[in-house]
Amino acid sequence: MEPSVDRIADPWGARTPYGAGDRWPVRVDTYLSPGVREADVRQWVPSASLLHSNGDAMDIAVADGRVVGVRGRATDRVNHGRLGPKDLFGWQAGASADRLLRPMIREGGRLVECDWPTAMGRVVSRSQELLKELGPGSIGFYTSGQLFLEEYYTLAVIARAGIGTNHLDGNTRLCTATAGESLKESFGSDGQPGSYTDVDHADTLALFGHNVAETQPVLWMRMLDRLEGPRPPRLLCVDPRPTPVALRADVHLAPKLGTNLALLNALIHEIIRRGHVDKAYVEAHTVGFEELESGTASCTPKWAASICDVPARSIEEAAELLGTARQLTSTVLQGVYQSHQATAAAVQVNNIHLLRGMLGRPGCGVLQMNGQPTAQNTRECGADGDLPGFRNWNNEDHVADLAKVWNVDPEDIPHFAPPTHAMQMFRYAEQGSIGMLWISGTNPAVSLPELGRVRAILEQDRLFTVVQDIFLTETAQFADVVLPAATWGEKVGTFTNADRTVHLSAKAVEPPGQARPDLDIFVDYADRMGFRDKDGAPLVSWRHAEEAFEAWKRCSAGRPCDYTGLTYDKLLQTGGIQWPCTAEAPEGTERLYTDGFPWAAPDECETYGKDLLTGAATSPTSYKAMNPDGKAMLKAAEFVPPHEQTSREYPLQLTTGRTIYHFHTRTKTGRVAQLNDAAPEVWAEVSAPDADRHGIEEGDLVVIATPRGLIGARARISGIRPGVVFVPFHYGYWDTPHGDRPGLGEPGRAANEGTVTDWDPVSKQPLFKLSAARISSVRHDGEPSRAPTTGAGAPVAAAGVAPTAGGGAARATQSRGGAAEEAGGSS
Amino acid sequence: MNGTALMLDAVHGAETRLADGFETVAERHRHEPEIRHVATDLAGWSRDHAARLTEAARDRGLSELAAPGTGFGHSAVLLRETSDEALGYRPGLLLLRDLLDLHAAAGANSLYWDMLTALAKATKDEGLLDLANSCHPRTRRQVAWARSMIEVLSPQALASAPEARSH
Repeated sequence: MEPSVDRIADPWGARTPYGAGDRWPVRVDTYLSPGVREADVRQWVPSASLLHSNGDAMDIAVADGRVVGVRGRATDRVNHGRLGPKDLFGWQAGASADRLLRPMIREGGRLVECDWPTAMGRVVSRSQELLKELGPGSIGFYTSGQLFLEEYYTLAVIARAGIGTNHLDGNTRLCTATAGESLKESFGSDGQPGSYTDVDHADTLALFGHNVAETQPVLWMRMLDRLEGPRPPRLLCVDPRPTPVALRADVHLAPKLGTNLALLNALIHEIIRRGHVDKAYVEAHTVGFEELESGTASCTPKWAASICDVPARSIEEAAELLGTARQLTSTVLQGVYQSHQATAAAVQVNNIHLLRGMLGRPGCGVLQMNGQPTAQNTRECGADGDLPGFRNWNNEDHVADLAKVWNVDPEDIPHFAPPTHAMQMFRYAEQGSIGMLWISGTNPAVSLPELGRVRAILEQDRLFTVVQDIFLTETAQFADVVLPAATWGEKVGTFTNADRTVHLSAKAVEPPGQARPDLDIFVDYADRMGFRDKDGAPLVSWRHAEEAFEAWKRCSAGRPCDYTGLTYDKLLQTGGIQWPCTAEAPEGTERLYTDGFPWAAPDECETYGKDLLTGAATSPTSYKAMNPDGKAMLKAAEFVPPHEQTSREYPLQLTTGRTIYHFHTRTKTGRVAQLNDAAPEVWAEVSAPDADRHGIEEGDLVVIATPRGLIGARARISGIRPGVVFVPFHYGYWDTPHGDRPGLGEPGRAANEGTVTDWDPVSKQPLFKLSAARISSVRHDGEPSRAPTTGAGAPVAAAGVAPTAGGGAARATQSRGGAAEEAGGSS
Repeated sequence: MNGTALMLDAVHGAETRLADGFETVAERHRHEPEIRHVATDLAGWSRDHAARLTEAARDRGLSELAAPGTGFGHSAVLLRETSDEALGYRPGLLLLRDLLDLHAAAGANSLYWDMLTALAKATKDEGLLDLANSCHPRTRRQVAWARSMIEVLSPQALASAPEARSH
């Protein structure tokens, strides 16, 4: 193993191959600031990644009161020492010179600095006015996928029981809502069935719309090490782009955008037709087989081939792979979640595992992945739609139970309708029935679809906007009050990754200026608002993160996401632990559903489910009739064509996505030299046939037009599916002259200028992956695009395009673990 | 006109009007993406039902089914270009009213399918029974959707929306 490697040029580092059932070898990755040696490090402070959902455990190196680097933790179950490029370099953003240091309020149309009492006083007085004038439904909270569990939980208590509003959601609506919804539809409750350790055992890996190499690079390292070891797993990839996964796949399907459900229905049709169903498992543990069988009876590979535009033969090969797997592990991400019929399609992946009886044992896992690092916690804490602890808003007993935990009257917790989803909250703000929107840790002015509309909403005088963030984001520039927050390494808290692993993130350094932890800000608000329980005691009784964690444990007790067996001390000593963690399972729980589906029982389930096509709610009575004994549910759904169709005017399909080097709207990664230099400007991937047709050459400045707006970018001619244009959604305007929007009459660089406002009617997740568009070249200057060459956007013709590299500044060390090899979590 | 002819004509008319209703609501509330898209899909179901009823009539040698008039719902539905503001409603109220009408219309169609089912059984017309069995569940899903959207949207429109200026 090379002692150090340029982790921009080689994002995945050296291979440590291993075989099925073996332990994944340790490889410790370290990056320290230039001139700093390990001996200079005074303190190693435990934490985990906050720039993707994988939860890679790491220790933060501190010297002279500042962060000087990071090192992957060898003993942690998630990463066995490895880190991805964003983990290695992303922490540098915390020390940026342009951090928000003081609160700001809008005076005479401009944001001016003020002190905390002034800023909080404004928020409180507007809250009280609105409560008096229009009631609790006039206040909405839009939070993040990057705060900590303790913060989401506190916010959920404030919103639901303090204000009494139904309007609390996270930007996790954009990344993880379909994951949660699909689990609820199939298993009655949220909760990831599988574990990352399933990769160690699987003989078949199936990735649906999941470019894991770029979204969770450490998980891809695990897969790569299996692929290069003895008895490697077979690999199925469904993706319209030639991702690193697709290039390694035994079968790669690149369907037309918006047709996932047709493809999955055909796969199920074939699995049933070829007799690959585990009848005993289906009989014992599921309901709905007849409906699924008849619902997919006409979905032949030939039928799907005509819809998806992939060869019927390839669909048959994929079905054979899934049907003959002995240990199948599947993952699903945005290619499914942000596309047409999102939940219906994600549910079919669950169905494949149920049909094959492949859940709850080593190598047999479904991983409905998350996008953001703490997305899992918004779901658990009730900050992303549902009530805390996966409680069912439509079950009076669940609401009463929650009311008991909070010592409030059940009627003080709104449950007259489902909690409001983010897109609906912005619609209410557009219509004027939400008069105050408190946005914490997210940047809707870049990340929501149809940005022209979003800006018009945020600009309204009648909407009072509070933005709590670490930088003056595009969104913050629209705010009436800006609250400076502390971030990772500057505060304490826990968060949970996509395979239910909880990590503690400790405080390494002081936050800059007057910035405060998000938890402190929420607690301060609760104090100033004087929220009380029914005995007159403070509703939010905790001050510190550990107290908030203890309060959350009481709320989680007896629920699927039971944290009662965890403490801060235990997390510090052990590293990552998977929930549920209880007195009975003190080491945590590696896999769910090892013995039936207890949370699907009518009295236990988190939701009674929805019509997978219309989103209409199923009544409690219908649920009881359909699933009286609490089994997993096989649910069929018919394919319908996508709502936004291509046309003569807009002949292409625009999809958006990610690069390994950036996170979300670049507020952190755009301020880190190694990461920003690797992907400094927006680009548009087009196929060679489309480039020919439209007279586009590599690097040409192109304009992509949709019925909503214009995007300007340099073209990258790649191996993407013909007919599809890909634009990364990370780029906004904070580092452009205009600050928060494109120049007048100029095309924007945010992909969401062009995306359609549409969402899955079941999960309410916006559909970023199919907008009709056209493309034209506006300037040819011979310069290539600076799109990364390491991932799915690699050029088809390498000549003239410099390979992405970070040079000496991006060299990180990697080493075999030695003694650390012995330790480790539940794998 | 025998009972079968009468019912095919009546259900065909009702499904065609319901399709018109869903389409009108989809167009009028095009700024509500979920309403616009789902209502368009649901209009497609009713169009499909109407086409299959026409075919059933043809198979049975019955005369062409009459093209129905635009009798759907209250008069405001006839306006494709309108808004809460233009009518002086609080935001969201017009949509609720349209959803109530859709719910009532789809509910009535569900009863029509019940009648057609009973008729098919009484006359031992298996083809007609298959048709009803195939279409009726989708009508129930149309009813459920309208009801669901009313439940989701009504608290905000009724309890939190600001008073309209001119009403």
